[in-house]
Amino acid sequence: MQPHAPWLTLSIWVPIVAGLVVLATGGDRNARVARLIALIGALIGFLVTLPLAAGFNTGTSAMQFVELTPWIERFNINYHLGVDGISVLFILLNAFITVLVVIAGWEIIQSRVAQYMASFLIMSGLLNGVFAALDAMLFYVFFEATLIPMYIVIGVWGGQNRVYAALKFFLYTLLGSLLFLVSLLYLYNKSGGSFSILDFHKLPIPMAAQTLLFFAFLAAFSVKVPMWPVHTWLPDAHVEAPTGGSAVLAAIMLKLGAYGFIRFSLPILPDASHALSGFMITLSLVAVVYIGLVALVQADMKKLIAYSSIAHMGFVTLGFFIFNAYGVEGALVQMISHGFVSAAMFLCVGVMYDRMHTRMIADYGGVVNTMPKFAAFMMLFAMANCGLPATSGFVGEFMVIMGAMKANFWLAFLAATTLIFGAAYTLWMYKRVIFGAVANDHVGGLQDIGGREFLVLALLAAAVLWMGVYPAAFTEIMHASVNDLLKHVAVSKL
Amino acid sequence: MNPFMPDLLPAYAEIFLVVMASVILIADLFVPGRDRGLTYGLSLATLVGCAVLTVGTMQAGGGPPSYAFGNMFVSDYMGNVLKLFTYMAVAACFVYSRGYLADRDLLKGEFFALALFATLGMLVMISANHFLSLYLGLELLSLCLYAMVALNRDSAASTEAAMKYFVLGALASGLLLYGMSMIYGATGTLDISAVSKALEGGRAAKPVLVFGLVFVVSGLAFKLGVVPFHMWIPDVYHGATSAVTLFIGSAPKLAAFAMAMRLLVNGLLELAVDWQQMLVILSVASMAIGNLAAIAQTNIKRMLAYSTISHMGFMLLGMLSGVVNGNWLNAADAYGAAMFYSLVYVLMSLGAFGVVVLLSRSGFEAEQLTDFKGLNRRSPWFAFVMLVMMFSLAGIPPTAGFYAKLSVLQSTLAAGQVWLAVVAVMFSLIGSFYYLRVVKLMYFDEPEDHSPVTARPDMAVVLSANGLAVLLLGILPGPLMQVCYFAIRAL
Repeated sequence: MQPHAPWLTLSIWVPIVAGLVVLATGGDRNARVARLIALIGALIGFLVTLPLAAGFNTGTSAMQFVELTPWIERFNINYHLGVDGISVLFILLNAFITVLVVIAGWEIIQSRVAQYMASFLIMSGLLNGVFAALDAMLFYVFFEATLIPMYIVIGVWGGQNRVYAALKFFLYTLLGSLLFLVSLLYLYNKSGGSFSILDFHKLPIPMAAQTLLFFAFLAAFSVKVPMWPVHTWLPDAHVEAPTGGSAVLAAIMLKLGAYGFIRFSLPILPDASHALSGFMITLSLVAVVYIGLVALVQADMKKLIAYSSIAHMGFVTLGFFIFNAYGVEGALVQMISHGFVSAAMFLCVGVMYDRMHTRMIADYGGVVNTMPKFAAFMMLFAMANCGLPATSGFVGEFMVIMGAMKANFWLAFLAATTLIFGAAYTLWMYKRVIFGAVANDHVGGLQDIGGREFLVLALLAAAVLWMGVYPAAFTEIMHASVNDLLKHVAVSKL
Repeated sequence: MNPFMPDLLPAYAEIFLVVMASVILIADLFVPGRDRGLTYGLSLATLVGCAVLTVGTMQAGGGPPSYAFGNMFVSDYMGNVLKLFTYMAVAACFVYSRGYLADRDLLKGEFFALALFATLGMLVMISANHFLSLYLGLELLSLCLYAMVALNRDSAASTEAAMKYFVLGALASGLLLYGMSMIYGATGTLDISAVSKALEGGRAAKPVLVFGLVFVVSGLAFKLGVVPFHMWIPDVYHGATSAVTLFIGSAPKLAAFAMAMRLLVNGLLELAVDWQQMLVILSVASMAIGNLAAIAQTNIKRMLAYSTISHMGFMLLGMLSGVVNGNWLNAADAYGAAMFYSLVYVLMSLGAFGVVVLLSRSGFEAEQLTDFKGLNRRSPWFAFVMLVMMFSLAGIPPTAGFYAKLSVLQSTLAAGQVWLAVVAVMFSLIGSFYYLRVVKLMYFDEPEDHSPVTARPDMAVVLSANGLAVLLLGILPGPLMQVCYFAIRAL
């Protein structure tokens, strides 16, 4: 292995240190400085992740850019980082979204600017840590630590009902995580004193224990995904979070759960995963179909997008538990794509909310007349959200449906209904908000997007189109790792 | 050894402390003014001196434990580590409470003298190798604490709390003493190491021993403040002035932990099967009642009192998973985890009560949860310190409290008690609710009271260091965990 610079360490700690520096700028008198430092920190944070993509070897499923230092020797916990084709994309996505969130919050956030920016930067570093950790305890520490900044972000800068939403978010996720912690300790004792995820992958576990562990992992990850029926925190948290918070929540935080499935549940508990795949697929289909219908009747745009996120994530878990390359790769593509599209949709709602201070669909109508540029962007993202070909949304959904078809026709049939529901709720909302005659004086007085907003949306639009037109750039990276994963999952560990 | 000139080296720190406490008591009579600068300085210097002497004995007796006073007093690695933390905690209490007490005209020499004598009691408890020296230390500590609770003699609440504490404390001491007498009856000795040997011999009458054990564990449970012997904790924490609550809530927990170690592990390890079952009940009940009752509190001191109960219950999880099926392999892990938990708890408790004391000004007690509203607006830094304390108490990484919970849970699982671990994390989840509420009040709500938060420079520095220590231990907990592990292994 060639020596390499500690890019993963940098991608974790650059944003965190930048966040601490921002925090040190203090009160709102220095807001300009705080914003500037935050932007520089986010940009450097993004730049240090680029070598991960440039130097990534797509020919191997082994962990790359590995760093290994003893951390807590007492429990044999190591500062063990590394990425494979599955995780590297999320680090890039996260660093990218962080830059956008900092820019998007530039003018909107006027109170406690430093704390706002710092929370996002610190959270970004912690999220990179989750994706890069190869030591289960390190993973857990990052996984849990992300709750603190998110709790603060929702609670301080959220809307009316923010306290309720923040608490619900925190307690729901903590419930799952604590059971996950107990499971990790069980595995630690079982493996004879190792927290290495790679060791866990090789550990034989009897079926009864696998089943219990599977449900404990499920408790942690399903809340984060979120899967039906533990999804109820998400609409509350999304609706009350500030725009940037919603974007990060949807684009990155939700991926933690799905990532957990693919890093922990599938390879560590292959037998339980197979045995319970019917159960998981059922839950996923409920999310796809039922939540799709729920999204249809929402009067609040953010709630609608939140429910659409749950439906899309249902696709991801569906893809994982049909155990074939199309399904898993499609699910991963869907995760990345959803990262771009949901962030974009929330930012679009944010753009309107900043001007009108309402998220209700009924308060809008005819926005295209006053904001044509914005309407064009939102059109693209709405199309991506319902999975139109040539947008990123299509690729993932198509691959998962193809994978499902290989497994079972009716499965694929039910999964495919998402294309109809997705189109229905997204486009119907789009029609009511954007088209038609100008609904009221407020809409009549709207200003189209400025340069800053244009930049953010254009970057996301470019990403969505790039992924839609040339998905091979993404699937090539994950290919070797996904095949290796499936090979592992196929072998019983009893 | 020459009986007339016993080797007192292991007890130099205690001897120094008793001399200095007496000197301070007298010197204070000649100190003018409200500020008590000299008394304060001397008290801190005494603690530093004690720390130097303790570190000195550690190097001198680096290997096996050393004994003094005819085996009644032991100096070992665990004791010395606990003592060093005790000095730190007491010193922090002095720094935090000085301004608070001065504002209320309570800053008298007695406070320092009582606190130092209480510290002496704790040191004796930590180093006790004999039922009598243990009991002496305990009583010295308790009597000083009764008086300290009543320090604000014009306050009805304080007097009532002191009375309750005294009556219940005396009862608990009685129980403990009765239990000890039973064990003496069964083994014929009061020396803890000799008791252990007699039990290994297996000739002692089991029914009498177990009967005595029940009383010993009850007395212990009272001092630790675990359910169902917890009734005094909320009232005393609430009734005492915040500075005294700060004191009671911190260092004595270490002494109580040491007492548990000396009695149960050093002395009665042969009976582990019996006392571990008792601790299971105490532990689960404490976590349940502590966490549930804390939710209903509106007074932060009462809330933290119930939180203490739940934390002591959690700590007991470590104590009860040392011996599995007569096998001691897990012992160093489990007791080391419990010790780590106690040390971290003391740090957190100091920080949390420190902020409570900080917010109280002359003529105003920051006792209600609502007094924390909008603290982030008034003082972002101290709000952050309190945030760290709350997340640490809730056991969220990256704070020290997480690793404390982690190590205890690990030893519980290693002992095969999966259901206990699950119960513990479920109650932690419930517990996190009321810690989060404090964070909510500080960060999400607008302040009702806009007066600036001012801290004396010494307090600001120590409180900040306290907060950073909890955070730093959350990032690098390894060394302290190792220290605890070695401390227990060296027993």
